[in-house]
Amino acid sequence: MNPVNYLYLAALLFAIGASGVLIRRNAIVVFMCVELMLNACNLALVTFSRMHGNLDGQIVAFFTMVVAAAEVVVGLAIIVSLFRSRHSASVDDASLMKL
Amino acid sequence: MENLIALLVAAPLLGAAVLLCGGRRLDKTGHWLGTALAAASFVVGLILFTDMLGKGAEDRALHQHLFSWIPVEGFQADIAFQLDQLSMTFVLLITGVGTLIHIYSIGYMEHDERRRRFFGYLNLFLAAMLILVIADNYLLLYVGWEGVGLASFLLIGFWQHKPTAATAAKKAFLVNRVGDMGLSIAIMLMFTTFGTFAFGPVLESADETSQGKLTAIGLMLLLAACGKSAQVPLQSWLGDAMEGPTPVSALIHAATMVTAGVYLIVRSGAIFNAAPDAQLVVVIVGAVTLIFGAIVGCAKDDIKKALAGSTMSQIGYMILAAGLGPIGYIFAIMHLVTHGFFKAGLFLGAGSVMHGMNDEVDMRKYGGLRKYMPVTFITFGLGYLAIIGFPGLSGFFSKDKIIEAAFAKGGTEGWILGSVALLGAAITAFYMTRVMLMTFFGEKRWQPDADGHEPHPHESPKSMTIPMIVLAFGSVFAGGFFAIGDRFVNWLEPVTGYDHGHSPLSAATVTGATVVALVIGVGIAWAMYGRKPVPVIAPRGSVLTRAARRDLLQDDFNHVVLVRGGEHLTRSLVYVDHSLVDGVVNGTAASVGGLSGRMRKLQNGYARTYAVSMFGGTAVVIAATLLMRAV
Amino acid sequence: MSFPLLTATAALPAIGAIATAAVPAARRTAAKWLALLFSLGTLVLAAVVFLRFEPGGDRYQLTESRAWIADFGVRYELGVDGIGVALLGLTALLIPFVIVAAWHDADPLETKSTRWRPTQGFFALILMVEAMVILSFVATDVFLFYILFEAMLIPMYFLIGGFGDRAHAGTDESAATQRSYAAVKFLLYNLAGGLIMLAAVIGLYVVAGSFSLSEIAEARANGSLEMATSTERWLFLGFFFAFAVKAPLWPLHTWLPNAMGEATAPVAVLITAIVDKVGTFAMLRFCLGLFPEASKWATPVVITLALISIVYGALLAVGQRDIKRLIAYASISHFGFIILGIFAMTSQGQSGATLYMVNHGISTAALLLVAGFLITRRGSRLIADYGGVQKVAPVLAGTFLIGGLATLSLPGLAPFVSEFLVLVGTFSAYPVAGIIATSGIVLAALYVLVLYQRTMTGPVQESVRSMPDLRARELAVAVPLIAVLIFLGVFPKPLTDVVNPAVEHTMSDVQKKDPQPEVEAAK
Repeated sequence: MNPVNYLYLAALLFAIGASGVLIRRNAIVVFMCVELMLNACNLALVTFSRMHGNLDGQIVAFFTMVVAAAEVVVGLAIIVSLFRSRHSASVDDASLMKL
Repeated sequence: MENLIALLVAAPLLGAAVLLCGGRRLDKTGHWLGTALAAASFVVGLILFTDMLGKGAEDRALHQHLFSWIPVEGFQADIAFQLDQLSMTFVLLITGVGTLIHIYSIGYMEHDERRRRFFGYLNLFLAAMLILVIADNYLLLYVGWEGVGLASFLLIGFWQHKPTAATAAKKAFLVNRVGDMGLSIAIMLMFTTFGTFAFGPVLESADETSQGKLTAIGLMLLLAACGKSAQVPLQSWLGDAMEGPTPVSALIHAATMVTAGVYLIVRSGAIFNAAPDAQLVVVIVGAVTLIFGAIVGCAKDDIKKALAGSTMSQIGYMILAAGLGPIGYIFAIMHLVTHGFFKAGLFLGAGSVMHGMNDEVDMRKYGGLRKYMPVTFITFGLGYLAIIGFPGLSGFFSKDKIIEAAFAKGGTEGWILGSVALLGAAITAFYMTRVMLMTFFGEKRWQPDADGHEPHPHESPKSMTIPMIVLAFGSVFAGGFFAIGDRFVNWLEPVTGYDHGHSPLSAATVTGATVVALVIGVGIAWAMYGRKPVPVIAPRGSVLTRAARRDLLQDDFNHVVLVRGGEHLTRSLVYVDHSLVDGVVNGTAASVGGLSGRMRKLQNGYARTYAVSMFGGTAVVIAATLLMRAV
Repeated sequence: MSFPLLTATAALPAIGAIATAAVPAARRTAAKWLALLFSLGTLVLAAVVFLRFEPGGDRYQLTESRAWIADFGVRYELGVDGIGVALLGLTALLIPFVIVAAWHDADPLETKSTRWRPTQGFFALILMVEAMVILSFVATDVFLFYILFEAMLIPMYFLIGGFGDRAHAGTDESAATQRSYAAVKFLLYNLAGGLIMLAAVIGLYVVAGSFSLSEIAEARANGSLEMATSTERWLFLGFFFAFAVKAPLWPLHTWLPNAMGEATAPVAVLITAIVDKVGTFAMLRFCLGLFPEASKWATPVVITLALISIVYGALLAVGQRDIKRLIAYASISHFGFIILGIFAMTSQGQSGATLYMVNHGISTAALLLVAGFLITRRGSRLIADYGGVQKVAPVLAGTFLIGGLATLSLPGLAPFVSEFLVLVGTFSAYPVAGIIATSGIVLAALYVLVLYQRTMTGPVQESVRSMPDLRARELAVAVPLIAVLIFLGVFPKPLTDVVNPAVEHTMSDVQKKDPQPEVEAAK
């Protein structure tokens, strides 16, 4: 199969993830969309690694996974504590930063 | 001998410094110190004078170079003095009359608690005036020129608690500054033309430059002279300057400072000789002021202001003579010296009258004072005879010579100037007779003032009468002494040059005409003020009289055009500065503030909005990169 | 290497500032004496610089040079020429008087307060300003100068905003608002100028590859550096704008009356007599020195603006109702004279402008400090609140008058010498400009005498009846300043000897010759 198709898939997944981050309000969904974008990137990296015939992309993909796992730990913890204090997982509720 | 010159200035300068910085402990002795230092300066002057007489006419000029004042590339200004016959004449007049007036002031200012300071200012004046006349370059002359302006300011405003005195002082300084502007422009013109402003080089090479330049320099010098010597159009300050103590009026505003303009023109003779257009303007200014001052003098009831009008008019004579060129220079100075004697005497007499009359200045409230103040009457009377040109007295010789010189100018110009000078002589006789009659003759017209104090006219103390007597001697004999054997002409000729001129009228005819003018003037005055009693309240008078009382409306003109106009200008400029110039700045600040207020709204706190801008930004950057690569 | 005299002169007040700030809160008086001591020490060092300086020697003397930011070619380069020496002397001379005059200005309102620290801060800030101004007069590296030019805004900002004039018209609150407005305006105006200058400084480095004045001059002389005409003009404008704000030149002047009106009199002296001089000094050294062609190109415009400043400042001074604002506008008029003299580009004009900077500093200090004593007594800045002061306080009135007479350039006092030189120098190159500027002498007489008449003469006003005359401390400020004014008016030679060679260098920088007198030219 032509490896370029994997890139199309990665771009599609990234776009789905990005629009999810922008549109959805539920923090968990937003969070999952971010994960989706990261995995889209992973897919693209692995594909490029295959296309160019070296391992750099795969190594970076491993890094990304590790970072994503760490992010899940921290991010979920924030969401849980936010939910506890506000009884809501909507990202729009947390708009204290505006002037 | 030349090392003594600086001493002339140093003595009164020391006096001024000590008296003004010395504080209260000098209150008791300060006036003696001031007088002694003025006299010391006079003595030094006399020593230098006798020394000068012992030399030949050509090498009488002395020169003393003290130090280089402002050494800058291409610009040399020195503190250096030059004492020639012209300067010597002034030095003797200034220190001599100055010393007399110091003595007079001891009595006159006896009851003033600030007498020490008064003497300090008088000494300061003497120092500045001496610098003015013995400077060897125009810039140092300028120092003296402004210095006397300062002393005049301080002395006119000596009684500062009176708002009128403070205003008069300010006015005098300001009007003089307008003249000073002329002097500084003249000096700058000399610098660009000759590369120097020392008398020697400038006057020697005066004819090496264009007529236009010389005319410009001459006119600027004339502007300066107009300011200092109260000539039309800058004459308005002199009348108000009479707010100062009377010895000040005698010394500064009659005998010495106001004649500085004449000195300046005579000193710059070489420039004027080569610039006939400028000379023409000088004689016109002189002739106009001579009539102007005389008319004002006729209408004033304030004795000092009448005398001030007279001063203006007499200086008009001198300026007229100075404008005639070598025919007139010497007679301008001669009239200046005799005028110094008799006008100072007249002012001191007026001061003595005021001293006896509780400082009343209105002549309508005098009358018949000859019985109460015989010495004042006699000395004032001799001064009066001198100023109207009574044959044989000082004023006769000097004024007659000026009238003769005016005719000798030649052509229509000569006839016009001569007639104006004759007319002036008649008016002089009129107003001076008026002053004399209203003050010393007729019935007594004084009444108790508001508090019920009736003046008790009495003769003044010795310290005041002695200077008056000395000056009266000068008023009587100086003119004859100078004129007989052409002593004065021979004395000054090496400095100023002399040209006899060709008068269309014989000397005897001119003298005759002068005497006729004199008789007419005295006669009219006698008819108006001598035969019938003088009303205590001034009658309304004709349009001319009323205008003359208001200095021929010159002050009103100044007030409307300069004062009001200036007020409007400054007020609108303050507005412009606040709302326009500063408005632009504050406007910029306000619009930046407004813009940032709008931008702030973009920060709404929603994480999604920030994410959108992030995505948008990334998209733009990527698109731009791709585009750049494609191109 | 020899002893770094210039660094020491600048460092001494800086050390003094730190020492003064470190004095414990309760020992206010000790802090004042310490500050005075350090300022006097600086004066001694400045005198040593003045004596060590050889008028006929190299252009820059007592030079020091150390690497600083090597990557950008920024060096710590110091050196002093005649103009720098004169202004260094002025600064060192005036600061002790400013400190003595401000002795009680920063005292706590309740005298018992023991935790009050601003007194120490006030005097430390003054010394800090002195250090930076001195260093900026001797910096021969453009970048070093730029940093000082900007850094001195910080202490000045706090001096204006933090220690206002206690004699104000309105309530405490409105006074505080006005004061912070004035301080912010001062800061923003000068920062805006500085920002544009920064762009020009970087541009200069790009073009010339160096920040060092001497290196740039050398490169120009041997032809290895040639600036395109348009580049030179842009760079000139960048520098000139900053200096014109600082100087200040019409129409960039509006910050000065606010700042001087709201600050205490000694701080106002600091602004107009010392800090503003950096602007005019820099015009001579940087605008004319680095961009001679562009300076000549801009001359007509600059001279026009200077003439407007002279007449406009004087007319506005006449229209003021506040004593200190009146003096501020008078200063604007005087800065017009200084800039006129600089850009007339004749020896007399430039010597005159340099002397003018020094003399204006001293005369304005004399007038403003005495005015400050007057204002402190009555608690009002409005001219209308005074009248007849000379009757109750003759010495105060006398010193005020002498300060005023110096401001109107009376012959015999120092400012006359410089004003006349500027006028002559301008007149010989641009006669019309010279004549217009001469009208300034009449206007100066007008505003000074109107001020004197309204405050000092006339009947004694009830509010000033019990006004005490000058005290010993105040006399110690006024009398020496007046003595210096008289001395430099009669014998300015020590100053001209130092200044003349520096002016010759500047004249050769701009490749101008004095116009020849007509009579000699004809021969």
